[in-house]
Amino acid sequence: MTRTSSSDLELSAAVGRPGGPVPPTGDGGPPPRLGGRLGLVGGKLAGAAVVLLGAATAAFAAQAALPGDRATVILNVRAGQAIQRTPEELAAINEEYGLKNPLVVQYLDYLGGLVRGDLGTSYQQHRPVAALILEQLGPTLTLTATAIVLAWLLMVTWVTLTAGRGPALRALGEAVDTAAAGLPHYWLGILLLLVFALTLGWFPVIGGTGPVGLLLPALTLAIPLAGFLGQATRAEFERSLAQPFVLSARMRGMGDAGVRLRHVLRHSVLPAVTLSGWALGATISGAVVVETVYSRAGIGTVLVSAVNAQDLPVVTGVVVLIAALYVVANLLVDLAYALIDPRLKDA
Amino acid sequence: MTEVLVPDRSAHATQRPAHRRERDAAAAPLLSVRGLSVGFRRNGVVRPVVHDLSFDLPAGHCVAIVGESGSGKSVTARALVGLAGEGAVLSAERLTLGDVDLTAVPERRWRAIRGRRVGFILQDALVSLDPLRPVGREIEEALRLHGWGSRPERHRKVLDLLDSVGVPDPGLRARQRPGELSGGLRQRALIASALALDPELILADEPTTALDVTVQAQVLELLGQRKRQGASVVLISHDLSVVAHLADSVLVMKGGHIVESGPADEVLRNPRHEYTRRLLKAVPGAATRGRRLSPDAPPSVPSSAARSAERFAGLDGPVLEARNLVKRFRAPDGSRSTAVDGVSFRLERGTTLGIVGESGSGKSTTARIALALESPDAGEVTLLGQPWSAVPESRRRALRGRISVVYQDPLSSFDPRWNTERILLDAVSAEYYPDARARRGRVLELLEQVGLGEEVLPRFPLTLSGGQRQRVAIARALASSPSVLVLDEAVSALDVSVQAQILDLLVVLQRELGLSYLFISHDLGVIHHLSDTVLVMKDGVVVERGDAVRILTAPEHPYTRQLVRSLRTLEQS
Repeated sequence: MTRTSSSDLELSAAVGRPGGPVPPTGDGGPPPRLGGRLGLVGGKLAGAAVVLLGAATAAFAAQAALPGDRATVILNVRAGQAIQRTPEELAAINEEYGLKNPLVVQYLDYLGGLVRGDLGTSYQQHRPVAALILEQLGPTLTLTATAIVLAWLLMVTWVTLTAGRGPALRALGEAVDTAAAGLPHYWLGILLLLVFALTLGWFPVIGGTGPVGLLLPALTLAIPLAGFLGQATRAEFERSLAQPFVLSARMRGMGDAGVRLRHVLRHSVLPAVTLSGWALGATISGAVVVETVYSRAGIGTVLVSAVNAQDLPVVTGVVVLIAALYVVANLLVDLAYALIDPRLKDA
Repeated sequence: MTEVLVPDRSAHATQRPAHRRERDAAAAPLLSVRGLSVGFRRNGVVRPVVHDLSFDLPAGHCVAIVGESGSGKSVTARALVGLAGEGAVLSAERLTLGDVDLTAVPERRWRAIRGRRVGFILQDALVSLDPLRPVGREIEEALRLHGWGSRPERHRKVLDLLDSVGVPDPGLRARQRPGELSGGLRQRALIASALALDPELILADEPTTALDVTVQAQVLELLGQRKRQGASVVLISHDLSVVAHLADSVLVMKGGHIVESGPADEVLRNPRHEYTRRLLKAVPGAATRGRRLSPDAPPSVPSSAARSAERFAGLDGPVLEARNLVKRFRAPDGSRSTAVDGVSFRLERGTTLGIVGESGSGKSTTARIALALESPDAGEVTLLGQPWSAVPESRRRALRGRISVVYQDPLSSFDPRWNTERILLDAVSAEYYPDARARRGRVLELLEQVGLGEEVLPRFPLTLSGGQRQRVAIARALASSPSVLVLDEAVSALDVSVQAQILDLLVVLQRELGLSYLFISHDLGVIHHLSDTVLVMKDGVVVERGDAVRILTAPEHPYTRQLVRSLRTLEQS
């Protein structure tokens, strides 16, 4: 908070208050609290660590609570058949995975592995889970990142064009937002595939890894997300449009479009930015459906086949990974907040 | 048709820059308005807001449009630059700026006119400048939009502009956001952005409203300077002292019609229209002490409520006393600032103690300490002779009803989902009025005291007028039969004639109920109208105290002198 007195230096001097005028903010006074800011970052990182630990623990607990003998399950998953196993066979597996150790020891081993980046070994493929996931992570991240960027482009264009433009356009804008937000991924995916790939033939039916093949799957994820973000942004956008600074900008000769893009948008995107952090995680789960519809490689396919096969280390690995992505996304959101609204830094 | 005759002040012409003088030589007014009407279309029906407005504004002159909120004055100003708003329908026989016919300007050409030929200043730069951007960028934007100079040239120009409106250390200030600047600095930055390209016409819509009196004087001085340099000013204001400062001619607007117009001196000295006279009479100040401001009779307070005598039974001495209050706050950057520094006062029974000062002077913190909403770091407050600030809340509770508060904006202190009846019933103590009939009776009594009828009971705060809302707020404050009423800028947001009614009401209530007021305001006129004794605060310190009349007639401290000077302008003009 700036003291009023800084504007009236001559006045304060005339008043002759002991100590003289209060120095203007920005020069003088103690430096900004470095310790406070470090503490803030430290707090956020500690919070992130707790979230990750929680996700990992939940995944471990689910694994441990599953009914049936683990060693039998592992053998059956490997062989792809469900039969009784001999004690000798089971002993070897128990030895390999440490399944006879006390649960606490297993848990600590598991956590230790996580810290080293070791997510365990897949039952089915007998390969490290980390490697398995990393192979498939690229296509999925490309898909979700593209989807979020597309969603923002669609949302910003649509909201900027329709918000605060009279009752008819507003009703249309809101209706489209709501309808888009309600579209199920699988239905939209199949529809886009039928129309643009099969009927019109503009896109390949089976998406490659190239940019053309990426567009339809990304749109499938982006359209409902755009609707959702649009709902959050529209109300703020219309509120900002009514603010006096918008009138000031128009009065200095700025056009309507300029005011919307340069002033109003910045004031109205904070809710959508918050949602985008959530959306990064949500689109990864949405990617499961889309990757199936478009026969794309990715985490989704890995997760589906791992769940089908009861390949638990892979499932927990994906769960921990998604949790980690959420954490990263939320740190990015916090960062974006401070960039968009510098007032929040000082608060 | 209303015509405004503007006195010829050709003496000014000699001071004007050459390019202005050439335009004057043509003798045509810079802005010429004939038969301007503005309405708003809603569901196919046009609701008229401004009717048949005409005036001429020569270069280097200022025309003021005065009137209360809703009179159509802001719409008029906005219509002059084609931004009256969504659904606006505009018609005019003539609307010209220099040689440009403003009725036939397409949107693209408007953009070249706004900002370059016409500058527009709105009230309160905290919201009239983009709060997320540094003020320097807002000013630069005005230059960029009109293709002025290269980037480095614009940066230099921004610093020059800030310097020219009297902003110290422009390099630092340009990088700060409106929220980081004081009210005076950011209003100057707003003016710099509006006047960056030296427009020939300045539209100023309440440019000093919500500003402290000293900042107000600085802003008016800036506008006066531009006027002397040859710019024409359309000043929109409800504040007649501001108008008296700047205007050459005045249009008085009521319900979208001009009811009176003429040279400023004449209209303000010898108003011909009844409405203008009411407006002028309603302005509080030293001359109005002890007389009613509003022609509307204040309510007669029912005598059953005048139980003040029992309230003060057996009590001598001041009702509220503060001794050496000190309050420090921690700023966001970790430094500590002293908001209140050694403040003492005595509020005697049945009198009014006015505290005047700018925002940030510590007057509201003092009020919060008096209400025991904030505890002082040092010093003590006593209420009715009993310890108040130094005891725990549980011991204060018995005394809580003896002191109430009315704030500037009652809307934010009401639950918008509660109607008036519920708001007042909630405030009436169930302890004294145990059964529902008695409580309702008390609510009706309170309404009568503040001059409201039963018909407001089912209405919600949002649907009440500003004056009605403030009356409900006063009724709520009176519900616990207090001895002391803290009025924190309680009339500052009201139109002048509504303010007059509320001030009249406060005078009657004080007389009939024996109330004592702690009256806090940045407006010295209001303070002088109502107060018996006055504290002048600056930077947390009381710089002057004493009898209200003495302070107005013989201020000792330089700061008080400056306040009094700015108040006198109306009476002198």
